Amino acid sequence: MKLKHAFWATTALGLLSGAAFAETITIATVNNGDMIRMQGLTDAFEASHPGIEVEWVTLEENVLRQNVTTDIATGGGQYDVVTIGQYEAPIWAAQNWLLSLDDLGADYDIGDLLPAMRAGLSHEGTLYASPFYGESSMVMYRTDLMAAAGLEMPAAPTWTFIREAAAAMTNREQEIYGVCLRGKAGWGENMAFLTAMSNSFGARWFDADWRPQFDSEAWANTLNFYLDLMNSYGPPGAANNGFNENLALFQTGHCGMWIDATVAASFVTNPTDSQVAANVGFALAPDNGLGRRGNWLWAWALAVPASSDAPDAARQFIAWATSSAYTALVAEREGWANVPPGTRASLYANPEYLAAAPFAQMTLDSILSADPTNPTVDPVPYTGVQFVAIPEFAGIATQVGQIFSAALAGQVSATDALAQAQALATEEMEAAGY
Amino acid sequence: MARSVTTRRKTITTALAWAIGLMIFFPILWTVLTSFKTEAQAISDPPVFLNFDWTLENYAVVQERSNYLRYLWNSVALAVGSTLLGIVIAVPAAWSMAFVPSRRTKDILMWMLSTKMLPAVGVLYPIRLVLIHFGLLDTKLAMIAILTMINLPIIIWMLYTYFREIPGEILEAARMDGAGLRAEILYVLTPMAIPGIASTILLNIILAWNEAFWTLTLTTTSAAPLTAFIASYSSPEGLFYAKLSAASTMAIAPILIMGWFSQKQLVRGLTFGAVK
Repeated sequence: MKLKHAFWATTALGLLSGAAFAETITIATVNNGDMIRMQGLTDAFEASHPGIEVEWVTLEENVLRQNVTTDIATGGGQYDVVTIGQYEAPIWAAQNWLLSLDDLGADYDIGDLLPAMRAGLSHEGTLYASPFYGESSMVMYRTDLMAAAGLEMPAAPTWTFIREAAAAMTNREQEIYGVCLRGKAGWGENMAFLTAMSNSFGARWFDADWRPQFDSEAWANTLNFYLDLMNSYGPPGAANNGFNENLALFQTGHCGMWIDATVAASFVTNPTDSQVAANVGFALAPDNGLGRRGNWLWAWALAVPASSDAPDAARQFIAWATSSAYTALVAEREGWANVPPGTRASLYANPEYLAAAPFAQMTLDSILSADPTNPTVDPVPYTGVQFVAIPEFAGIATQVGQIFSAALAGQVSATDALAQAQALATEEMEAAGY
Repeated sequence: MARSVTTRRKTITTALAWAIGLMIFFPILWTVLTSFKTEAQAISDPPVFLNFDWTLENYAVVQERSNYLRYLWNSVALAVGSTLLGIVIAVPAAWSMAFVPSRRTKDILMWMLSTKMLPAVGVLYPIRLVLIHFGLLDTKLAMIAILTMINLPIIIWMLYTYFREIPGEILEAARMDGAGLRAEILYVLTPMAIPGIASTILLNIILAWNEAFWTLTLTTTSAAPLTAFIASYSSPEGLFYAKLSAASTMAIAPILIMGWFSQKQLVRGLTFGAVK
């Protein structure tokens, strides 16, 4: 009987001590494929890091930004690891909202991170968010439609060729549209595309004195070309199309070309979901011969908010999830085609990955061709390719995005849209003290 | 003289009612159907209606990835808790406004209603700071209190409207028979207003169940209800419509079933006193 009591007492003590030493970290993330896989590997992290338990909070992208911003600003401490992008990382770091990630352990190969990714997630030379997966944008096109049109896609096309190819591939009777581009309003939706596109037309958001430039000829050329291209060869209702809507159109065979995030390459070449998987080719985003291409640069990254009450455990998780060892773990369990792309140079030197992902080299070339520190033809006082890394940008670009989306829907002319954008941006920037 | 309703007119009205009903119900039906498709079928063009290979895979994936029962329990706790707390506060409040009104009663009623016109985000930071101060962030207790406060104006207004239909003489008679205030409200007023109270409870459970702003911004894990469960399946980069539909179906099923079984009570309560 005494032995039985001793056994139960020991068991209870063991459970209690286990509970007492276990530290729980709450991770806020979005519902993207790579993040879902990361959640599925939680058991592997917990097994290799006894004493740390992981709790996931998956939110819609805009809700995530709002919740994380509110939580950090009010010191709520609800999250220990947050998923953020290249836009937020330097701004939040400057506000002292994030903890430094320069010391992620001796095993963490920080030098292997792609320089553009590392630079975009740093503030004053210090890394504040570690890239989980990175992307640029590129042209994805139907090789069968291109061949039928008697054209050959160059590895680095111009906007003139894109227009020519779109005209040749469009067949409205069969509901095939030459080109599908983002039209849905939002700083991360149509304005991400249009800002990157404007770089290749020689346009810029602000001049060296922070004066808005929507009244420039370069912006007029950008918007007029975009509207004409979409109205002539784009799908109906394009003003409502974002990434997912265009992905659905492309996968069901309705788009000849689609210029969007490189991460889409793995979706459109997956025969389980894509009806056109066998006929997809890739090319760099177009240019106009001015020295800048219309591709963006973005990373979904993991950061530790300053309000976290478990910063050491949070850093351990980030070191694990953004390491080469994690990539190898995903490859082992789900295949090389499913590893998070675009963050480490070593991945693009791996023959197994290059064999499994035919889009790998084009993804890397696209990432390497984007320069967030020098994104435009003329000099600018800001960093960021498809965004301007200032706190005011999200608000201004969201409103400008609504104006440009209305222009695509035919509710306002290009001239009026640019005039409205100029007036709005000028007012907002003056109010912000620029 | 009563107007005769012709068979033709009756048929047209019935057909129109069914058409409108189906139109309103179609998005829910489409969500349920999509939840049984593969991701490829969910975006197929032309869309498939019933002729597809039905699969439970999405439900299995959602069940595996999320702790549905925890979200469900939180939704039940928040909806029922906030509604019951609201009723306990609202019944005496509505009684006093309906039977012993003061000069300012109408102003108070209008003021209460005007709080519903305030954009919720305007008080997000103050409420959040209060919750942080008292250590109540992401707790069911705080969410029940907030949802109660949000829905209280509607509860009081509904009960006030029902109570106004009850003749004051009956309450006077009860008083003459020696009933105190508590007995008057509990044993005379409440039984007579049961249909109104029941429909108020049902409507407020639905409102609290569907509330998405506060439940998404003030909860993370411990108090997160089914609204957070649905939101977790929305993807910025990826087509997961079938899984999102499965999650949505699982989230709306309990409240839909409750509404289906109690529709008679709900309609009776909502039309109570509407025709004089």
